[in-house]
Amino acid sequence: MTEQEIGADETVLRVVRSGDGSAAVRAEEAAVGSARVSRLFPAADEQIGGLETFAPTDVERAKARRQGIARTIFMLMAFSLVIPVILILGYLVVKAWPVLSWSFLVTNPENRMTAGGIWAPLVGTFCLVLMSLLIAAPIGVLAGVYLNEYTGDNWLRRVISLGVMNLAGVPSIVHGLFGVGAFVYFAHMQRSLLAAACTVAVMTLPVIITSTREALASVPMSFREACWNLGASRWQTIRTIVLPNSISGILTGVILQVSRAAGETAPILFTGAVFYARVADHGFASWAPYGPSDKFMALSYHLFTLSTSVKDVSEGLQFSTAVVLVALVLAFNSLSIFLRVYLRARKKW
Amino acid sequence: MSRAAVGYFVKRWGWPVPVGRIKRGVARGLDLAEPGIEWVIRVCGWSAIIFVVAIFVFVFVEGAPALSQLSIKEFLTSPYWRPTSQVREQYGILALMAGTLSVTVLAMCLAVPIGLGAAVYISEFSSPRVKETLKIIIELLAAIPSVVWGFIGYMVVGPIIINATGAPVGVNVLNGGIILALMSVPVIVSVSEDALRAVPDSYREAAQALGANRWEMVYRVLFPAAKSGLLAAVLLGVGRSIGETMAVLMCTGHAVQMPTSVLDPVRTLTATIAAELGEAVRGDTHYRVLFLIGIVLFMFAFVVNLTADLIVKGIRGRGND
Repeated sequence: MTEQEIGADETVLRVVRSGDGSAAVRAEEAAVGSARVSRLFPAADEQIGGLETFAPTDVERAKARRQGIARTIFMLMAFSLVIPVILILGYLVVKAWPVLSWSFLVTNPENRMTAGGIWAPLVGTFCLVLMSLLIAAPIGVLAGVYLNEYTGDNWLRRVISLGVMNLAGVPSIVHGLFGVGAFVYFAHMQRSLLAAACTVAVMTLPVIITSTREALASVPMSFREACWNLGASRWQTIRTIVLPNSISGILTGVILQVSRAAGETAPILFTGAVFYARVADHGFASWAPYGPSDKFMALSYHLFTLSTSVKDVSEGLQFSTAVVLVALVLAFNSLSIFLRVYLRARKKW
Repeated sequence: MSRAAVGYFVKRWGWPVPVGRIKRGVARGLDLAEPGIEWVIRVCGWSAIIFVVAIFVFVFVEGAPALSQLSIKEFLTSPYWRPTSQVREQYGILALMAGTLSVTVLAMCLAVPIGLGAAVYISEFSSPRVKETLKIIIELLAAIPSVVWGFIGYMVVGPIIINATGAPVGVNVLNGGIILALMSVPVIVSVSEDALRAVPDSYREAAQALGANRWEMVYRVLFPAAKSGLLAAVLLGVGRSIGETMAVLMCTGHAVQMPTSVLDPVRTLTATIAAELGEAVRGDTHYRVLFLIGIVLFMFAFVVNLTADLIVKGIRGRGND
C-alpha cells in the first residue's frame, strides 16, 4: 500500500513538473497529499476529517435546535396577540353588518333605544372631543414647550416628568371622581358637557405633553442657536423656528388625544353623560345640538347602556354601535401612525 | 434690591419686577409681552403636577369626612360591603380588593409571559418589516377603548366560557382576566421592548463573539441586562389592570364575594365606584366611602408609577456610564 502511494506520488510529481496542471491532476495530488499526512500523523485524520471539518457537532446541533424552538415559541406568542384580536374584530363586523348603514349613523335612537340609530351619541362624542381638545391642546403644547425649552436637565424637569407619568397612570375612574369633586361641584358646572370635557382634557393631557416634547426634542439645537445669534429672544425663537419645525409631530399627539378622548367612558359617567338626550335632527337647533351646560349622550356611554341596561335591544344594534366606536378610534389612531411614519421618512435633518 | 439681584430676577422669573426697571435695566428693547408669555408657559409646564395634586386634594376632600364615621380597620379588613342595608350599613372593601387582586393576578399570569415573549420576538428575532407591522398592530390594540373590551368580554368571551366550562354565568374572574390580559399586553410589550433596545449593542456583539446564538444571547445576556426594565414593564401592566374600570365593570359579574375559583363572579374596587356613585347621595357616608376607595386606588397607582419610574431611571443612569 505504501509502495503504491509512493509510486503514485512520483507520477503526480512528474506530471506537475512537466507543467500539465489540469484540475484533475491537482485533485489527485491533494488526495495523495492527505494520504501522506494520514500516514505521518494517524490521529490527524479524525481531527481534521476532510470535508467533515465544518459540519456541526452534536453540541452545536442541540444549540441550534434550542434556538429554533425558542424562536418558534416567541413567534407564536407575538402572533397569539394579533390573531385573536383580528378574529374578534372580524366577528364584531360580521355581526354588525346587517344593521350598519348611513341611516343608522344619522337617526336618533328611538323607541326606548331599541330602534333607530346613533346620531345623538355621535354628535355628543364629537362635541366632547372638540371641547376637550380646545382645553387640552394649548395647555399640553405649552407644557411640552416648557419641559423641552425652558428647563435644563435637572430635578425640576424630573419632577414634572414624574407628574406627567402619574397623571397618565391615575385610573380613569379616579379622574371621574376628580371631575365630580372639582368641576361638577367645586366649579359649579353641574353635570354638563363642559364639566365632562374638562375632566377628559385633564386625563388626556399627558398624551399631548409627551408627543409635543418628543417633537420639539427632534428639532436640532443648531436651528435655535442660529436664531439666537440673530438676536431673537427665547420666545421669538420658539415661535418662529421651533414650533413651525415641529408642528406635524405635535399634530400626531393631538390626533392621538382625539382618539383617546373619543373612547373614554369612566370619566364622563358622572360628569355629564346621560342615558338619553335627543338632539334635533333638522332646523336651526340641529346646528348647535349640545350647549356647554347641557347633559349629553356619548358613543362610548351609549354602548355601555345598550349592552347592560337596555331591555330587548337587538344584537345588531349593539354590535354596530361597537363597530362604529372602534372604527372611529382606530381611524384616528391609524392617521396618527401614518403621519408619524410619513414624517420620519421625509425628515430633512 | 441691588441692580445685580434685579437683573438675576428678570433673567430667572421675568414678570413680577416693575416694568420701569426692566425698561431702564438689562431688558430694554425687549418685547414686553415676553415675560407674560413665559409665565403662561411656566404655569402650563407645571400643570401636570398641579393636576396630580388637585386630583388628590379634591378626591380626598370629598372622601375624608367618612374617616370619622367608620373605622379604618373595618374599612380595610371587613369582607362585608353592604352600603344600602336597612339594618346596619357596612363598608368593608376586603372582598372588593380580593376581586381586584384575583382578576389582576390571572391577567398577569396570561399577559406577562406572552408580553415578554412578544417583546423578545419583536426586538431580537423578527425582520424589520415584520417588526414594524407588529408594533403598529400592538399600538392599535392599545387604542381599542375599554368599553369596547368590556363589550367583547360580555358578548363574545362570556358565551364561549359558558360553552367550554359549563359555568352558570360567563361574566367572572376568568372572563375579566382574559380581557384585562389583552388590554395590558400592549403596555408590557412596548415597555419591555424599550428595555431590550436599551441594552447596548456591545453586549450582543460580545455574546456572539463568544459563540452564543440568538437564544443563548437573549437568555444569558439580554434578560439579566434588561431585568429591571422588564420588571418596570410588568409593574405598569399591573397598574393598568388594577385601574381599569369599564371592562371589569362589564365582564366580572356583580357579586361582592371572596372568589374561590376562576369561575366565580367578583366585583372590583373600580367597578364598585362606577356602579354605585350614580345612586349615592352627595354628602352621604356611602358617597364619601366611594371617594375613599378612589384615594386607595390613587395611592396605589402613584406607588406603582413611582417605582416603575425609579427603576427605568436606574437603567438610564447605568446606560450612560
